[in-house]
Amino acid sequence: MNLLLLADGRFPAGGHAHSGGMETAVAVGAVIDLKTLTAFLAGRLATAGLSAAGLAAASCTLLHPWEALDAEADARTPSPALRQVSRRQGRQLIRTARTLWPGSILDGLASFTAPAPGAAATPAGPHHPVALGAAAAAAGLEPLDAARATAFNAVTGPASAAVRLLGLDPVNVHRLLAQMAAAMDDTAHLAAEAASGPLSGLPCPGSVLLDLYAQQHAESEMRLFAS
Amino acid sequence: MKTRSRIGASLAGGRTRLDCIRSCAPIHVRQTPDGVYLVGGAAGPLGGDDLLLEIEVASGATLVVRSAAASLALPGSGRGPSTVTVHARVAPGGTLHWLPEPVIAGGGCDHRIFNRVDLAPGATVVWRDELVLGRRDEEPGRVESRIDATIAGRPLLRNLLTVGPGTPGWDGPAVIGNAGAAGSLLAAGPRLPAGPFPATALSGSASILALAGPGALACALAPDSLELRRLLDRALEMMTSPVPEA
Repeated sequence: MNLLLLADGRFPAGGHAHSGGMETAVAVGAVIDLKTLTAFLAGRLATAGLSAAGLAAASCTLLHPWEALDAEADARTPSPALRQVSRRQGRQLIRTARTLWPGSILDGLASFTAPAPGAAATPAGPHHPVALGAAAAAAGLEPLDAARATAFNAVTGPASAAVRLLGLDPVNVHRLLAQMAAAMDDTAHLAAEAASGPLSGLPCPGSVLLDLYAQQHAESEMRLFAS
Repeated sequence: MKTRSRIGASLAGGRTRLDCIRSCAPIHVRQTPDGVYLVGGAAGPLGGDDLLLEIEVASGATLVVRSAAASLALPGSGRGPSTVTVHARVAPGGTLHWLPEPVIAGGGCDHRIFNRVDLAPGATVVWRDELVLGRRDEEPGRVESRIDATIAGRPLLRNLLTVGPGTPGWDGPAVIGNAGAAGSLLAAGPRLPAGPFPATALSGSASILALAGPGALACALAPDSLELRRLLDRALEMMTSPVPEA
């Protein structure tokens, strides 16, 4: 049941405020209908989704120092805008998760990422997938669960943003999500399998367009979503 | 074909000397005043090829590696994927410029590129990767191109681009869209500008990303290899204009 709580879009960690690149994709005319949405979600799941799921699963194993996970997340996130978004979401997630599942796991991650006194530029908050993996562990979940929640969020977040931005029929969009269920499961399994090996071998698929969208979004003035 | 080639550069009497070249077909290494050129001595890479190139730049040495022509990845006769692995190590104060011509994903190819760049503290690298999606009016084959760069053992960049048949969404609006060519340029080292770089300093389809570690990555999408090179050349200029020492 904790997995459902963690993956739920109503989990109070601010996830609904992020479109996962969808707002810019719609603004530049790259996503206009259900067909282009399908291609967007498939590509996002296979790139940003898989990369994040691997980090979340590895974090959930509790086998790695937070600092090493943080560095691996940084190396997989070349876009400074996306790193900032990831840390902001991670901070919000940890804040909520510590209330739900208090204990040494999340205390440890929170203290690792607490800004050093006087260093304003110090990273504020853990990367989102690292935070999600730690929250999953604190909730008694397995690395595969953390990967599942991450893969699920990688797709459902942008999908519901598309419903709002394009006025698509939510039933049709949810049918699309149901069609992607197997791909989400495959992604989670791939991520969890990689998480049993060294951190350097975690998946690192990148997406040029998601990086470009994120940089453009961070500089745009008219926006509905935080990313 | 499974081969292993090697280029070593060191500093002798204030000049860079190539002191270790082992070149194996289909990659031949030629030294010119303009840098070291990789010359394709045979067709390919073809399915089944497994080519390794090791590059070692010693302290204070500067090595520029280029290639004479684009390489065209093609399918073999049912012998599995072709693989090209480049493993570069750069010592403190050493400089490596890896500026080869593009890889063309020929129809039906199954090609893997593994670039591993290990930098010592104080090492400098400029690393360009260009991928052209098929020859004229050709559906590209499958290519995986991965770069792993570390500085002093810490990860700087890990990035994998996969294109072609069987890759979900690769030509859709979340990966590379309808680009005909995709490329990146990593620049890392002391005295390089740290950014931030404006989102659209290059164009709407390219950006220079300031990495979390000491370096920046330009990534670009273009209709063809000429436009891609134009974008990455401009990025190179912006990313390597030296920062004056304080």
